[in-house]
Amino acid sequence: MKNKQSNIQQVSEYFKDGMTVMVGGFLAVGTPERLVNAIIDKGIKDITLIANDTALPDKGVGQLIVNRQVKKVVASHIGTNHETGKQMIAKELDVELVPQGTLAERIRCGGSGLGGVLTPTGVGTIVEENKKKIYVDGKVYLLEKPLRADVALIKAKKADKAGNIIYDKAARNFNPIMAMAADIVIVEVDELVEVGEIAPDEVMTTGVLVDKIICGEGC
Amino acid sequence: MMKAKEIIARRTAVELKDGDVVNLGIGLPTMVADYLPRGVDVMLESENGFVGLESVGENQDSNLVNAGGQPCGIILGGAMFDSAMSFALIRGGHVDVTVLGGLQTDQKGNLANWMVPGKMVPGMGGAMDLVIGAKKVIVAMEHCARDGSAKILKECKLPLTGKGVVDLIVTELGVFRVTKKGLLLTEIAPGVNVETVKGKTEADLIISDNLIAMKNVS
Repeated sequence: MKNKQSNIQQVSEYFKDGMTVMVGGFLAVGTPERLVNAIIDKGIKDITLIANDTALPDKGVGQLIVNRQVKKVVASHIGTNHETGKQMIAKELDVELVPQGTLAERIRCGGSGLGGVLTPTGVGTIVEENKKKIYVDGKVYLLEKPLRADVALIKAKKADKAGNIIYDKAARNFNPIMAMAADIVIVEVDELVEVGEIAPDEVMTTGVLVDKIICGEGC
Repeated sequence: MMKAKEIIARRTAVELKDGDVVNLGIGLPTMVADYLPRGVDVMLESENGFVGLESVGENQDSNLVNAGGQPCGIILGGAMFDSAMSFALIRGGHVDVTVLGGLQTDQKGNLANWMVPGKMVPGMGGAMDLVIGAKKVIVAMEHCARDGSAKILKECKLPLTGKGVVDLIVTELGVFRVTKKGLLLTEIAPGVNVETVKGKTEADLIISDNLIAMKNVS
């Protein structure tokens, strides 16, 4: 089986100006900090960032906003990073706010070969603006389109060298669905083990979705 | 005298039934868990990906936080999952009750609690999914804004979180049920009279024939 272990220099080759990147995490819990730091170190610009939130100014993807490396954010919440709102109001940053469940489903669609999802969430609010309304059995839904990225950055507790993943507690959040929805999937792990050390029934994300693995601070 | 927030949390707790799956919003709604009636055991859902939320124990774990990012615990019998599963539970009708705060709500059951144009745009997070998906939506909030202005209106002025989604409003002054006929005042706080409630409410109020004292607050 192919060994997907890599290093930060090698995976940084995938980071390019103008890229669309999905980053796992919920208020920076479950965010691969080493990979985010690599984007900072390389000075990548004009990023389209897809993440649940923009974290805190000094944590997770929040630093990318503070460093003005991002031109567009797709997220459900930006309230914990005042810099996001400041740049948005100054029209320096394009922010698309998406209800959290809709964001999850749009990513899931992007990774599952689906053309979109019909959700009642947002009907009767500004979220429905410019979206197709579809009636199914008399009930109204919004058509929400799939999201994909060039690169997804995933944080895991443990992986084997084939890329089979186990997440830790609430650090799972958006990571499993983002691992399905990008051309290149890079996982940062706290612990890297040999193939066979994670039983098939324990695997939360299959290694077939993973391209590269790097060791985080913990290993 | 009991503080407004405690009155609201105490009264809201009465709405939760044994065995309910419940999502409590950040802030005041979180306090509801502290006042559950004896014998009522609920399963708290945390939209960042688990059921079985409880307060943080002795061993704090940086990967175990609630939807506000604060350290928490998980009970035995709880379960972890990803964000897609979390919101499938929420939209799919598997959450019995959600308790949220509000900036404005109105007699049609509309709720606004996610942005003030030009001032504050934190984002809706999971609130729009919660109000559309939970079987019962309770708005637990202080009756008036800090400047004294009414928050229970004829019609919300701020951008909506959900249209016609609210079932019950609990404030420190009373309990208001959203009905087809309008907003029904069913319970009133001790020491408060109906005229006071009317004076602090912009919405048209229907006063219940069976108006009683607010439960669980005295």
